[in-house]
Formats: sequence, C-alpha cells, structure tokens
Amino acid sequence: MQAAIILFPGSNREQDVHDALHRATGKAPLKVWHRDTNLPKADLIVIPGGFSYGDYLRCGAMAAHSPIMREVKARADAGTPVLGICNGFQIITEAGLLPGVLLTNRTLRFHCKDVHLRVETSQSVYTRRYNAGQVIRVPVAHHDGNYFADKDTLDRLEGEGRVAFRYCSEAGDVVDQSNDNGSARAIAGILNEKRNVLGLMPHPEDATDPLLGGTDGQGFFASLAEALS
Amino acid sequence: MSQDTGAEAEATLDQARQFGLSEDEFKRACRIMGRTPNFTELGIFSVMWSEHCSYKSSKVWLKKLPTTGARVICGPGENAGVIDIGDGDAAIFKMESHNHPSFIEPYQGAATGVGGILRDVFTMGARPIANLNALRFGSPDHPKTRHLIDGVVRGIGGYGNCVGVPTVGGECNFHPSYNGNILVNAMTVGLARADRIFYSAAAGPGNPVIYVGAKTGRDGIHGATMASAEFSEDNESKRPTVQVGDPFTEKLLIEACLELMESDAIVAIQDMGAAGLTSSSVEMAGKGGLGIELALDQVPTREEKMSPYEIMLSESQERMLMILKPERQELARKIFDKWELDFAVIGRVTDSGRLVLTMNGRTVADMPVGPLVTEAPLYERPWTPAPSLPELTAKSVEAREPIAALKQLIACPDLASKRWIWEQYDHLVMGHTMQRPGGDAAVVRIPGRNKALALATDCTPRYCAADPKRGGAQAVAENWRNLTAVGALPLAITDNMNFGNPERPEIMGQFALCIEGMREACVALDYPVVSGNVSLYNETNGSGILPTPAIGGVGLIDDAPRNVSLGFKHEGEIIVVVGQTKGWLGQSLYLRELLAREDGAPPPVDLKAERRNGDFVRAQIRTGAASACHDISDGGLLVALAEMAMASGIGATLSAPQDQPAHAFWFGEDQARYVLTCRSAEALLQAAQKADVPARVVGKTGGGALTLAGGNAISVAELKGLNEAWLPAYMAQ
Repeated sequence: MQAAIILFPGSNREQDVHDALHRATGKAPLKVWHRDTNLPKADLIVIPGGFSYGDYLRCGAMAAHSPIMREVKARADAGTPVLGICNGFQIITEAGLLPGVLLTNRTLRFHCKDVHLRVETSQSVYTRRYNAGQVIRVPVAHHDGNYFADKDTLDRLEGEGRVAFRYCSEAGDVVDQSNDNGSARAIAGILNEKRNVLGLMPHPEDATDPLLGGTDGQGFFASLAEALS
Repeated sequence: MSQDTGAEAEATLDQARQFGLSEDEFKRACRIMGRTPNFTELGIFSVMWSEHCSYKSSKVWLKKLPTTGARVICGPGENAGVIDIGDGDAAIFKMESHNHPSFIEPYQGAATGVGGILRDVFTMGARPIANLNALRFGSPDHPKTRHLIDGVVRGIGGYGNCVGVPTVGGECNFHPSYNGNILVNAMTVGLARADRIFYSAAAGPGNPVIYVGAKTGRDGIHGATMASAEFSEDNESKRPTVQVGDPFTEKLLIEACLELMESDAIVAIQDMGAAGLTSSSVEMAGKGGLGIELALDQVPTREEKMSPYEIMLSESQERMLMILKPERQELARKIFDKWELDFAVIGRVTDSGRLVLTMNGRTVADMPVGPLVTEAPLYERPWTPAPSLPELTAKSVEAREPIAALKQLIACPDLASKRWIWEQYDHLVMGHTMQRPGGDAAVVRIPGRNKALALATDCTPRYCAADPKRGGAQAVAENWRNLTAVGALPLAITDNMNFGNPERPEIMGQFALCIEGMREACVALDYPVVSGNVSLYNETNGSGILPTPAIGGVGLIDDAPRNVSLGFKHEGEIIVVVGQTKGWLGQSLYLRELLAREDGAPPPVDLKAERRNGDFVRAQIRTGAASACHDISDGGLLVALAEMAMASGIGATLSAPQDQPAHAFWFGEDQARYVLTCRSAEALLQAAQKADVPARVVGKTGGGALTLAGGNAISVAELKGLNEAWLPAYMAQ
C-alpha cells in the first residue's frame, strides 16, 4: 500500500503519521509538497495536522483553496481514501469533502491531552479492525476542534452511520465532561457518504508506539494496511 | 578618523543618555570613532553596549563558570551550546529570557521569547525537538497575575504549537517579589549531526551578505535597551517596543534554513535577535575579524521611509543574516522562494574591519567593528555578600499533623499541579515524547535511535535569596538530580541568570555568589555550562526580584526504554529513601506555606553526597532494580511520596523513624535525596551500603490511600483533587 502525505506550509504532524503508516504497512509514505501539480498515484491520501498558512484565516481555509485540493477532491470522488487529521480535518471540511465546520474549542483554549473515543462504526477502511462500541485512548492537540453542523446534517450523519468516533469517558459513556471542545453530539470524526473520506480531530498516529504512552491507535493503521494492501 | 557621513547630524550627550549610555560610555564611543558619532552610529553603540548585548556587568563573573568538558563541542559565545551525544549526533540548546516584554505585553512577549530561542538553535543547524519554559509570576493575589499567566501561557502555546515543536517541560512558581517583574525563560533543544554545525563568524571578503525571513518593521526598536533598565510606573507606555511574533513564518524559516543547510552554501549564519541587524552584522564581522558593508535600501521593509537608525535597531522577528558562497546564491534563492520567504542580497563581506552602512548610495554610518565589540565597557561592580541567616532547629518550628500539613502543601500555588498550563502546550507533536510534562524531567526519544534526551529546568529562588552561594549550587544540583531521577546521565546545562539592578552592591553580591555556588556544583558534578543568558534590572521602583539563576539541563539515556517515571508502578513494592534526611526546615515550603515564615538558612548542598547518591540511583535504574524514582525537593519527602501516588493512583503505607520529629522528617528539604521503589529492598540496601549511600525503607506501595503508620490517612483521589483544583479554579475567577 502506498500512501501520499500532502504538505502545506505550516503542516507539522506529517512525520508522526508518516511513521505510524510506515510501521503499519512496512512502506514509507510519499511526502508531496502542495505546489507540486502532479499528485502521484496513491492508495491513500493523507492531509496531516499542523497550522497550514498559520491558520491566520479560519483554520484550513487557505489550504482548502490550494490547487492540489482540486486533484484530491477528484481522487476522493473516484473512491481513493482521503484522511484528514486535525488541521487536515479542518482543511477537508473547508474544501467541502465533508459537511460541517470546526469551531474554536468551547474553553477558548488549546487542548493537548489523552482522550477516550468510542469507535462508532467498524464499517470503514479506517476502523475495520476495531469493534463498534470499543473505547480507545488517543491524544488530541487542537484549539479549534469543536465540530458543528446544522441539525439536519447531524441527523443525517447519525442515520447513515457516518459518525466514526465520539468523545467519551473511560467507560465509554458519552458525557459532557468528556467532550472538552464542545463538539455537537460529541463528534470526534466523520465519514463522507461513500465512506472513503474520514476527518477526525484526535491523533491516532500519536498512539502507535508502546514507548510513547499507548498503542490504541495501532488498530486505525492496521485497518488501513489490511484494507488497502 | 572615520569617513565623514555627510548630512548625518552629530549625536549629543543627551541623546546618548536617552539611549541608556553613561557620559563615560559616550566619551568612549567618541574616542573610538575619532569624532562624535552621528545618530545612527550612536544607536548602534548604545545597543551593542547595552547590558543585554554586552554583558558588561556580568562578564567578569560568567568567566568563572566551567564551560569545557569531554562532551562539549561548542561552549558559550555562539548562538547556542553544542554537546556530543554519541553516534555522530549533537544536541544544541540554550535558554533565554523575555522578561521585560512579557510583563508589558504577555502574549507577544512570551511568544517572541519562544521564537527567539528557536532561532538561536536552528541557526546552528539543529532541528528543534523540544521546548521548555521556566516561569515566575507575582503573588496570586496581585491584580495583574492572572492576566499575565493567561497571556504568557497563550503566547508560549500559540507560538510553540504552531511551529510544531513540542513544549515538554518547565516550571512555574509564584512570589510577591515578581509582582512587577515576571520571568519568562524559554529553552529550546535541537538535534544536529556533530559534523554539520553552523557558526556565525564571517569569512571570505567579497562574499554576499543575505537577509532572509520576514520583512523589517518599526517594532522592537531599542528593545535591548529596555531590557537593560529598571521599570518604573510608566512601563506600560513601552508597549511599542515589544515585538510581534509570526510563528508561521518561523516554521517556514526553520524548514528553509534546514533545507539550505543540507548543501554547502552557507559560510556563516546568525539570527537577528536582540538589536536586530546591528548585533547580527557586528557579531558576524567581529568574530571573523572582518568588515561588512550593508546597503540598507536593499533590506526588505514592511513600512515606508524607514530611516537607517530604524532599520538597524528594529527587532522585527523571524529574520536571519547569512553569508553565502557566491556560487551557491541562486540555489539558496530557490529554496527561499519555495518557502515564500524574502531573500535579499544586502551587502558583502570586506577586509576593512569596518561596518559601513549606505542608504541610496550615501554613507550613513562608518565605524570600526573590532573596538565596538572588544572595547565595550566592562564593569567590576562593587558587591556585598548577603548576611548569613541562622540555622533553624526542628524544635523552633511548630509541628503540625503531617496529613493536614500535606493537604495544605499539595494545594499551595508552588506545588499545585500545573496541568492547566501544559495541557495548553502541544507536548506530543513530532511523536517522540516518552515522558510528558509533570515528572522530574521530560524524556524525548531521538528519532531513529534507541536513545533519548532528558530535559528539565530548575531553580529555588528563595534559597538563592537566603544564601546565594548555596542557592546557586542547589539549582545546579537539583537539575542534575531531576535528570538522574529518570535514569539519565546529566551532560551539560544552559543558565538564565535573572537578577535585579547590578548597580546595587547587594544585588551584585547575589549574582557573584550564585555564580560561585553554580561553579562549585558544575565542577563537582561534571556538568559544564555551554550557553546562557543574563537578564538584569528586573526591578520596579527600586524593588528587585528574588535572585533566580534558572538552570536548564540536558541528559542522555543511552537505552531509552530504561527510563523510569515517578508514579508508583505496582502494589506491594518497597519504598526506599536514598540520601540522608536530617529534617532541614529553614526556607522550606512547610515553613512558608503553613507558618508564613520565610526564614532560616536554606539546606546545605553536599556535592560529594549529591554525586554519590545520584550515581547510585542511576545505576539502580539502569539495572532495572528501581521501578519508580522521584527526586525530593520542594515540600520534602511526604510531598514527593504524594506526587508518586497521584501519578499512578496507587497509595502507600508509610512510617517515620521514632528518633526524629515527624514534621522535620516528612517536610525537611535536605538535598541529595530520592525516593525509589523496588520489588525487594535487600539487594538495594546492600548495594547502597557498599556505595556508602544512606538508604532506608519508609514504606510499601498499595491500596488507594497514603497511610501513616499509627497516624492518619488520606485517599489518593482526595490528594489529587486538592492538587489539581487550585490553578484552574484560580484562572476561572
């Protein structure tokens, strides 16, 4: 399986996801500079975390208009899995690949900590190695992760089983105290209709090494390795 | 005689005074020039000779510190210190203050402090892998404290998070002496190949001088001078001298510089920090024994009609000065174009030994580089030692019930959890953080290797005030101990000397004696100083801060998985205290927090015992005998044990010896001590005896509470609640 990671000026978690994919698939992902017009052939396109263009405008808004995003959209339409993590999630929602928007955390502060997530569906290339309802512990690191969409959109996401992850307690209960950033219905990650595009705020890539405080993110990359090779 | 600089008017003594120069210094400048300097030249003299840039009050003392060793590749004097960490790798690091700007404008002051120290490190060819920060605020009751904490924490986070360098550790204390002068000391650690270090000495007359990064504006003009004077009531009006940070540009600058450093294009490189283009060009020329000509009209500016004086003294951020091989100029330009950064040829290296500035073809300054650097004033300021304080006996200190005392201590501002702060910093980005903030030291793995660096900052200012020499030694020793406690071999330090007005003999006495204490500790512990920064004049209306020589240490763990953290690991393990507990209560937190007393002599620092005990502890960690380890410092033994319990949720049953007053045993702050846990104590105690290291069993892990044999108990959950509650509640008010 060959993954391609797209770099924007200000991307900064590309190495984390690079290493996690490398470990899971045995193959080093390509790093693609956003101004390179030719997006190489890839089984998975990743838009990593960071502060593209400094996030001085709305988070992700500048990168969403980078020329390479037209090609990413075309590949996503054609069925290539596209993964947006953190700033990548913000970019692909701004680019219209996913509905809704990421607002500023309700605390108005940056949060870096481990959180618990309930895997809401195993029906995707990203989550097939998890069981629906399984609770995993992975870190978050963001200032603008407060997912928002109108009621109809949220109902549709839920009705179609497109909510991939929700913030929850260690025991798996979706309670307000576990929803630090204030996301609508505690949503941490969503899929598109075709289920090939996933956006999520947490960082499963930073929970894949036993020496670094957790391995619950390994299932995420094992799912991709299994589904795409 | 310098070349006549035409229409530039001669400067006056009044202007010199406004720029912070004394009459003698102004005369010295005139003598060096052979004429009266013009306004621009005077500006250059004044920043180069400011305390901040020239170290004129501190240099004679700083020279006493040990700066060499088997591991030292580059000591003080370059942008940052460089040490050898084996396998051809080098760690490059430094700590620097941004105290004055952070008090005036906390967000930008702290943010640009982080930006500046990052540049010092990647300028030398290192990729930054970790940031730390040592913060001191005024009393929580002071009306500005909350606002300052909020701004500083947001500023550090806003900058560090965006550039994508994890902020992995640091410290934060409170004391009323910082009410008018907070301390924001930022440290960056980077990694480079030991044979690919970049230095700042100019070479090769005719080589182009290149300006890269952000454009120059009118921000921060004379910032270095502000940092070299006391504050008075009107310091808020100094806001325009605070710079504004742009972490996005910094991130691009890091990537562009590191990409260029893969080639052989760079002859010399220097970041534009304090005193901007002035200090960078003068230092590069000075170190190379050469001259530099700059055409100031070629400098990218973001405002119109900037004068030569403004361009030379601007402290706009995210800028670098480089000297390139001429044949590599185009390669370099392409890299900076890719990263959408300004790239301008603004001058050339000369063999004249002079700094010559032109603006639209007209010479606006022409001055000798050498004397500007080597003939900077140096002061051996008069100093007086602080009066020594009496030793307190345990009997003279009121005894409180230990659990009640622990509850109060664990919730006091200095010991309360700083989670609220470090959760606002991305401490995980880059994916190598093995020990997160909150422990004795952060541990960051070296990418692609089986080894890791341990990093910590330390200082106990109340000890330094009570006995500067002991305090200076203690700061170094505690830092060494914190690295040891995670299993690292401490290698070298950077120091950030924060003091009051050096023109007062008692302040100069604090400085001189802290240095002497540090020197002794550095020598005894094989722990050289490789970089540092001095921040003086931390006074407002004549009232100075506690002397605060903050120490940032770097240690090496050669088998990374062998690091240990402070949390208890298993139930039923034996708890051993290493080091002698005499019950020293002078200057302890017990005394200050429970009895409102800040008196007595601080604990003595026995450097031989420190070394012996630390080497023993490190060996126990390396062999795997110790499952958890924590150094004993602020608050004493019972606080250390409570921290080990809170980190894990596992409690312990504890007992104190009968022949010692309980409050002195549990809360004394004797140095050179650690708590270890192990499966069986016998072998460990035997090994300790063999090594001549005092060690005694004080209890056993298990259960959900800390229980004192024959005494009270407290659940770990309650302790944690008390420890975690204070800071978020305070900030929410």
